[in-house]
Amino acid sequence: MSVIYIVLPVALLLAGGAVVAFVWAVRSGQLDDLETPAWRVLGDEEADGRSDESDAERAGDG
Amino acid sequence: MPSSATADVCAHCGLPVPPGRVGRDTRVFCCAGCRMVADALRDAGLEQFYRIRTEARPGPDPQTLEHYRPLDDDAFLAASARTEPDGCHRITLGIENLHCVGCIWLVERLPRVVDGVRSARVDLPRGLVTLSWDPARVSLARVATTLHHLGHPTHPDRDADRRAVRRQQERRHILRIGVAGACAANVMTIAFALYGGAFEGMDAELRRVLRLTSLALTVVAVAGPGRVFYRGALASLRGRVLHMDVPVAIALSAGVIWGAVNTMRGSGEVYFESLTAIIFLLLVGRWLQDRHRWSAEESVAALYRITPERAWRLGPGDRTTRVPVVALRRGDRVRVPPGAAVPADGTIERGSTQLDCSRLTGESMPVPAERGDDVDAGSVNLDASIDVQVERVGPDSRLGRVLNDVRSQLATRAPVVALADRVAHVFVLVVLALAAATIAIWWKAGPAVGIEHAIALLIVTCPCALGLATPLAITAAVGRAARAGMLIKSGAALEQLSRDLEIVLDKTGTVTEGRCALVDWIGDPAVRPLVLALERDQDHPFAVSMRERWPALSSAAPVEETSRLPGGGWRGRVAGRRMVVGSPRGVTLDGARIPEWATRATSDAVARGRSPMMIACDDAVVALATFEDTIHGDAADAIGRLRRLAGRIRLVSGDHTRVVTAVGRQIGLADAETVGEADPQRKVAFVQARQGGDATVVMVGDGVNDAAALVVADVGVAVRGGAEASLVAADVFLSRPGVTPLLDLITGARRTMRVIRRNLAVSLGYNAVAATLAMAGVITPLLAAVLMPISSLTLVSLSYRARTFDPPHRDAASPAGGAR
Repeated sequence: MSVIYIVLPVALLLAGGAVVAFVWAVRSGQLDDLETPAWRVLGDEEADGRSDESDAERAGDG
Repeated sequence: MPSSATADVCAHCGLPVPPGRVGRDTRVFCCAGCRMVADALRDAGLEQFYRIRTEARPGPDPQTLEHYRPLDDDAFLAASARTEPDGCHRITLGIENLHCVGCIWLVERLPRVVDGVRSARVDLPRGLVTLSWDPARVSLARVATTLHHLGHPTHPDRDADRRAVRRQQERRHILRIGVAGACAANVMTIAFALYGGAFEGMDAELRRVLRLTSLALTVVAVAGPGRVFYRGALASLRGRVLHMDVPVAIALSAGVIWGAVNTMRGSGEVYFESLTAIIFLLLVGRWLQDRHRWSAEESVAALYRITPERAWRLGPGDRTTRVPVVALRRGDRVRVPPGAAVPADGTIERGSTQLDCSRLTGESMPVPAERGDDVDAGSVNLDASIDVQVERVGPDSRLGRVLNDVRSQLATRAPVVALADRVAHVFVLVVLALAAATIAIWWKAGPAVGIEHAIALLIVTCPCALGLATPLAITAAVGRAARAGMLIKSGAALEQLSRDLEIVLDKTGTVTEGRCALVDWIGDPAVRPLVLALERDQDHPFAVSMRERWPALSSAAPVEETSRLPGGGWRGRVAGRRMVVGSPRGVTLDGARIPEWATRATSDAVARGRSPMMIACDDAVVALATFEDTIHGDAADAIGRLRRLAGRIRLVSGDHTRVVTAVGRQIGLADAETVGEADPQRKVAFVQARQGGDATVVMVGDGVNDAAALVVADVGVAVRGGAEASLVAADVFLSRPGVTPLLDLITGARRTMRVIRRNLAVSLGYNAVAATLAMAGVITPLLAAVLMPISSLTLVSLSYRARTFDPPHRDAASPAGGAR
């Protein structure tokens, strides 16, 4: 049972890391708009919405 | 716009086709929507549409670029745009006509259309686009022009400061929810180990460690995100009204303190998992509630961001320069072209015209104004260009004072005590009494046992479900209402609309269309094409309504020697005949012979509240046209149904009393139910006189002149086309015209209140059962942890399944008033 004394702090540390990451995400504005990203995926056929530089291959979708 | 984009033009809408979007056959389309419409027209055999509308085809507009030119102003860019490390500029602009995923797709493909744009990101709920572009390769005005041609006009984001404050609030909200959720989830995981230990036995030392860990996490949750409840509870105690936060704060404190004592003692029960879950669930409920309010406010803000903001200032030698309205000073001279709004209060220095003051006074008919007359900011110049000497600007103008009035009244308005808060007041007292009773009942078994059970009672009856009951019902209802074209800013309005109502309707824009239409033509019909030709380029409401009435009569007859009549109107030579068209006074002054029937018809029209226009041909009056602000088609029927819902209805207007009475009769209102010649102050007094009884006073209006009354009323409802002030002042904005949406609003509000009552009954029922169990001493931490989510889930499903607001049965033109 003594393994719990190692696992518990590790689990809490991981959770703490997740919370810190969450705080960073909110502060940097990633959760400001919760609606548009959900719509954006429907229009995106390529994975990266910012690969806007070359568009030669994109003709013919109408 | 690069030449590649202008090479192809959409076969349906005539806008340039962005590269990468081509159609089938020989035709190209700018988007799937256009292709769909074109296919539908062809399938229905309606392709002649394209021949008919050739004249009105919207070509690339050379003025558009000029319109967006101020965006390139260095001072504007310095204040609004940010420079990125790589030299690109970044700016956030308001953008219109965003409706769906197609619009997002199109706007975000802007870098493929315009060379030099690096990225475009859309924020759909707020109606914003963030552009990043290289100023060395393209100017912002060009980018904006392209967006305009793609069907999305943009404008500077004037609410940036307000929005920044709001964004901080929203971020804090989400942070609280995230931290509370993390604590709750971890405490729950540990709790499972403790439940297992409770059934199968557990090493006392291990149990102590697990309890200490949950205690630590709970303290984090209470001291961090849970602080809001203590703040709320303190405010509520200071205000001497027991609010939902009070029992929450009590339960949290009691649970944590007693849990800490039990952890140290190594005996008794701890409820940490329930405590953290309470914090998390309540924060989610609160966030839902605030979010709907914010999004409604955003949508309304997006509607009035479009108001004009530039003026033409006259410099030395009468040269005009375009300046922002905020730059005007007293003593400046400004030129107001026809069709533009007067930017500041002042006196006319040159020219005579007619003004549309409906936004300020509610008077729907044009008012003549000439040299020496005072004009108010916000009135629209209809006829001819005038020069105005500026006297008062911004907050000092009449319009500004009305807006200030509205803001100060909004600030002082007493908050409505919602049903849930009234229930909470009683609830707190009952729970505290029951807790005391529990201690007394169990006293003989020892004080520790009594306190143990009392704490269990406080925690299981913690108004988690009660706290969710109202926000959930209101959020679900407001979401449905927005899809039906009703933006509801305050949930309290829904509650008030479900009581007895006394409805005060403003005439202009609510019952009537808010613009005049040709109702009668007496005399020779043969001169109609000549009149239309003479008024071909006029923006005057009379001219517009005649064009609408007889679109087929427009002729290309040559018009020469046109000039304005001093008393209002136009004269000119059309197809060789001398035509004079104007007000009876203008035509008389011009010297035309007026037959007896025309004089009679004129006075008859005036008596019926209509505006006459005389038409003279070769120095004799040959016809008389009369105009009226027409009543909405659905008004009479809707008023009848409204009467069954709301006991009393009153019709109020700034128009002349006899006009108001005439309109009232047509929609089935008695003369005693109508009030005419009501200026803003009288409207406020009228609404205030009605208040104090049992009935909720609902004010429905659209103009600046209604704004103060909208605030004073228990519920203010602004209707489509409303002025900025009325949108700020109102609790509800209806994006569909007419009286029918008002009916839908009231019906929906009543259904919502039924859902709220049902939710409250469910959560109180749950609390009654839980309290009984706690007093009987059979509540365990496991039972408490199971009971709570069950009651909350019941409420969520009850709220979201309820059909409160129906989508509009007829045409669903634009769901949220074009706000998104």
